[in-house]
Amino acid sequence: MEEVKLMKGNEAMAEAAIRAGADAYFGYPITPQSEVIEYLMLEEPHKRTGMQVLQAESEVAAINMVYGAAACGKRVMTSSSSPGISLKLEGISYMAGSELPCLIANVMRGGPGLGTIQPGQSDYFQAVKGGGHGDYRLIVLAPSTVQEMADFVDLGFELAFEYRNPVMILSDGAIGQMMEKISLPDQKERISNEEIIKRYNSWATTGKPETRERNIITSLDLKPERQEKHNIHLQNKYQRIEDNEVRYETIQCEDADYILVAFGSSARISQKVVQLGREKGLKIGLIRPITLWPFPTEIISKYAEKVKGFLSVEMNAGQMVEDVRLAVNGKAPVEHYGKMGGMIATPSEVLSALEDKLISNH
Amino acid sequence: MITTEITPEDIIKKGKLVFQKTSFMNDCTLSYCPGCGHGVAHRLVMEVIDEMGIGEDTIGVAPVGCSVLAYEFMNIDMQQAAHGRAPAVATGIKRVMPEKYVFTYQGDGDLAAIGTAETIHACNRGENIVIIFVNNGIYGMTGGQMAPTTLAGMKSSTSPYGRVVETMGHPIKITEMVATLPGVAYATRQAVHEAKYVRKTKKAIRKAFENQRDNKGTSIVEIVSNCNSGWKMTPEESNKWLDENMLAYFPLGDIKK
Repeated sequence: MEEVKLMKGNEAMAEAAIRAGADAYFGYPITPQSEVIEYLMLEEPHKRTGMQVLQAESEVAAINMVYGAAACGKRVMTSSSSPGISLKLEGISYMAGSELPCLIANVMRGGPGLGTIQPGQSDYFQAVKGGGHGDYRLIVLAPSTVQEMADFVDLGFELAFEYRNPVMILSDGAIGQMMEKISLPDQKERISNEEIIKRYNSWATTGKPETRERNIITSLDLKPERQEKHNIHLQNKYQRIEDNEVRYETIQCEDADYILVAFGSSARISQKVVQLGREKGLKIGLIRPITLWPFPTEIISKYAEKVKGFLSVEMNAGQMVEDVRLAVNGKAPVEHYGKMGGMIATPSEVLSALEDKLISNH
Repeated sequence: MITTEITPEDIIKKGKLVFQKTSFMNDCTLSYCPGCGHGVAHRLVMEVIDEMGIGEDTIGVAPVGCSVLAYEFMNIDMQQAAHGRAPAVATGIKRVMPEKYVFTYQGDGDLAAIGTAETIHACNRGENIVIIFVNNGIYGMTGGQMAPTTLAGMKSSTSPYGRVVETMGHPIKITEMVATLPGVAYATRQAVHEAKYVRKTKKAIRKAFENQRDNKGTSIVEIVSNCNSGWKMTPEESNKWLDENMLAYFPLGDIKK
């Protein structure tokens, strides 16, 4: 039976982790996402499913605990907010290099530095362009509702294991903190040790039986020829992800003259902008990337042939707009509107920006 | 001329075999410098795992440093951890696979400098793991820089005139530090530069793994070792220097048992 609840985004994500059959969560408190670990500690999932929860001594330790457990073929998650994600990047790079599946949630706040505890989207570059050292990619999912905070947990685990790659849920303080009605996913069973050995026998460090060679989890190869080969293998995998995993939503784009491109909280605001604009007779549409990497380049490129301009709406100084420009490739004007430092734009501010930047100037 | 093929069995007659390499050490060349203590330390860990019959149930964690390639030499499932993070990685493994034996193998730069927080907090939680800590007072892999355990006055490439404690700090006795934590069941300091020490070290490693079997908490076995290359000595000189200098500051024996 469908279970409907009023929940905070952070709590919905935590509950969804239990229900997705996660084996462990390792975290460290940071505003605005501390409810994730608080919820899990209160809920005692080891009694419900056997899921382990541990508060680490730092974000650095937490991501390395994720590394150790993920390398055993387990479904493991961590979450943090912007400054904490910066600390996790070393471990994330190691996990990408070692091809370890895991789920990392970033409930973004404004930066740089300690910044603010108010919502931001200024970690877009960090999330989609690598962030840590080396040529690697994360699959980045951007929820814009509390429902998606919950739904993307299981989706994230599925993608992580499908491609043996870390997956990031890139959310923000507004969605993490807001309460909405959500339909909770069904409880999935945790995968047994026997099943893990069956599925991931080629790589998971579950203890070496005599029947197979030892499994080694490492990102190191001192021979450049082999390291190059490994990098080519990773790039081929990323290409497969780009080919198969692009997700987005289009809202009233069919007849649009102007298209807003926005994700997460900014997409919610932009949806209102579409409505306000249309009330004034402006044909506005919205493309909401759900995967920020792989980026929905094709659909943007398709609409670039027919619209008069794009406005990338973000809570930052202009990050995703670069990917929109690459997708549009000069076929239409592309502008950016963003608030920074934890400020959130109102729909009328965005609409004015659209009129100023794209309509009166062209 | 008579030629006959000589097999190992012709040379090693039954009854004459006094030593055999454990099958848990792979048949390969170790990456360590001739004279280095790492090879002996590796062998002891793997012999204990062999003798306890826990090879199928053991997951090891290699550090960053000279022993970064430990996973090439040890014939068990292993993970390579980021610099200093091995105790956190081991925590992750043990929390989801509590029925397995988990150990880290770390040097002094890895464990006592960049990984100090991970070391102390894994010990403080009493993670039921074994930490093998090889202390040779120097960063060997990167070419002989000063380590947190470099002795006062000792020369390295980043303390070319000798370690000045007033500006570079004192050599850290981290095994004594973690021994104060209730989560630590066993903290000991051993050595491998002479046969008598090798035997004691093996017993200590055995005890550490037995503690894990009995769910007693964290066991840390520090092994004071040499680095003849980094210390710029012959292997023999380095063992003598270790005896006279390292052991004076890092005395051998159980710190907590």
